[in-house]
Amino acid sequence: MAILIIAEHDNTVLKDATHKTVTAAKAMGGDIDVLVAGKDVEGVSAEAAKIEGVRKVVACDHISLKRQLAESMESVVVDLMDRYDAVLAPDTTTHTNYMPRVAARLDVQQISSVTGVENADTFVRPIYAGNAMAHVQSSDPKKVVTVRTTAFDTTGEGGDADVEAISDPSGPFKAEFVSEELTESDRPELTDANIVISGGRGIGSSENFAIIEALADKLGAAVGASRAAVDAGYVPNDYQVGQTGKSVAPDLYIAIGISGAIQHLAGMKDSRVIVAINKDEDAPIFQIADYGLVADLFKAVPEFTEAV
Amino acid sequence: MKVLVPVKRVLDYNVKARVKSDQSGVDLSNVKMSMNPFDEISVEEAVRMQESGTASETIVVSIGPARARETIRTALAMGMDRGIHVQTDEDLEPLAVAKILKAIVDAEGPEIVILGKQAIDNDYGATGPMLAALLDWPQGTFANTIEKNGASLSVKREVDGGLQTVKLELPAVVTTDLRLNEPRYASLPNIMRAKKKPIDAKTPGDYGVDTAPRLKVLKVTEPPARKAGIKVENVAMLVDKLKNEAGVI
Ligand SMILES: Cc1cc2nc3c(=O)[nH]c(=O)nc-3n(C[C@H](O)[C@H](O)[C@H](O)COP(=O)(O)OP(=O)(O)OC[C@H]3O[C@@H](n4cnc5c(N)ncnc54)[C@H](O)[C@@H]3O)c2cc1C
Ligand SMILES: Nc1ncnc2c1ncn2[C@@H]1O[C@H](COP(=O)(O)O)[C@@H](O)[C@H]1O
Repeated sequence: MAILIIAEHDNTVLKDATHKTVTAAKAMGGDIDVLVAGKDVEGVSAEAAKIEGVRKVVACDHISLKRQLAESMESVVVDLMDRYDAVLAPDTTTHTNYMPRVAARLDVQQISSVTGVENADTFVRPIYAGNAMAHVQSSDPKKVVTVRTTAFDTTGEGGDADVEAISDPSGPFKAEFVSEELTESDRPELTDANIVISGGRGIGSSENFAIIEALADKLGAAVGASRAAVDAGYVPNDYQVGQTGKSVAPDLYIAIGISGAIQHLAGMKDSRVIVAINKDEDAPIFQIADYGLVADLFKAVPEFTEAV
Repeated sequence: MKVLVPVKRVLDYNVKARVKSDQSGVDLSNVKMSMNPFDEISVEEAVRMQESGTASETIVVSIGPARARETIRTALAMGMDRGIHVQTDEDLEPLAVAKILKAIVDAEGPEIVILGKQAIDNDYGATGPMLAALLDWPQGTFANTIEKNGASLSVKREVDGGLQTVKLELPAVVTTDLRLNEPRYASLPNIMRAKKKPIDAKTPGDYGVDTAPRLKVLKVTEPPARKAGIKVENVAMLVDKLKNEAGVI
């Protein structure tokens, strides 16, 4: 059995989501290669070659892959798949964009956002906002799988794999990159952070989010949000934690002014320790919080920041 | 320009799914069902395209049980022109849905297909890109803003790092994200009017698509439960617990 993992990177840095996806692949058993597709990715390929247990790195370095748009990624991955029995990628927006295209081209059903790998063809995945876990067995000849990386430990380094360059994707493609507006932040990435502090509608305004940020900076935490806070324009869309936003599982998750709708819980209930600060003692968030504080956030959060 | 919008009938987003005790699935008897929320956003976008003169005809399709017709009626009451109901009692996998949709696209010739980014029941998030690949069309997933400029479509997408804009050659597939628009409520006169709009009745067999599932559901289980927590009196106690009991700060 040969498994292809698709690396998560920004052309400069290899992301830990890749190492976690390797862990998921190890539970399937077989040889593991990593595809690094991007532009000027020698450094990323060299990092991927060090992941423990990787047989080979396959590198595709081409301008059409700089933003890893769906159409060009599909072409690269599909062309590689006669060599592999399975392809796995983290379930970030980069990969969830093109992986179903790969699955359709191979005529297989994608297995989305798996949180468990039982063997080479049986997987566990959350459905209905994580209120149920489906254990599914694939009868397809090849498996196309996206991985909820927060559910897997990282794989260490120590490998020394060769890097094989492969030929360019066969364009032209009918989509082109125009522009991007990336959220700038010196804080840790939401999906990687040990501590995440999220604010909800209760924060009330984009200016008020400063009190969340002050606490986050004191604790070295990432900042997240509920959908309501994003919809209201308090913070950018990529802060959203939940069923239809990002999944996080830090050591400590602090939900502030968030009621605890099922869609929000879906993205954070696997955190190790959960704290909720809410003025409504009946807020559903308290049902899953390890430590709940019924208080006005405008008083409690600055006090918290002061105390740590 | 024709616009096609596939909509799925799902467990209402306000209802918490319950796992059946025999672990065969989620209990859907006597629970409220609604249009997948992302599909409401797609319908709204299609109706706005028609109102602004960008779209000439809007067609809604749902693949599902007899009651999926109600979901089609909802889309018609929001302003879409006509419906196609592909009746099946199976909850088809995205690959089968995408194949049926491809056959419908081949027959109807829309220039844009707008799907939801994910159905909130099975959380696959796969049908839109699958359809795009089967058609060999470009795609703009997780759309925050859609703009048609001549023969191309500009889609601003909600991605993990922020926002990204892509330009797509038409025809194209778009999937909707939460901030694209706020779906309207159907007015009473429009609900009445929708009753007269046509809905074609079809079956998967009409499209010659093999819908056999590729994934066998061995069982559906409850997620691991969290143990009950405690309420703390004040911030000092909270900080103490986090430092000395949980050891997380
Ligand atoms: C298709 C779909 C997808 C969705 N996806 C997501 C998702 O991915 N993530 C997500 O988060 N939501 C998602 N939602 C939305 C979800 O259903 C809820 O509407 C949302 O999570 C509510 O956000 P909130 O808790 O911030 O707001 P509210 O529910 O309004 O809660 C605000 C809370 O703040 C508290 N509060 C107010 N003022 C104070 C104060 N001064 N001090 C202390 N507490 C205060 C209130 O008591 C209340 O509990 C989705 C919904 C749909 C339909
Ligand atoms: N049975 C169905 N009938 C019509 N459209 C569907 C169906 N299933 C999925 N879709 C469409 O595909 C989108 C994504 O669904 P999924 O890939 O299942 O998460 C939905 O938002 C719908 O637009």
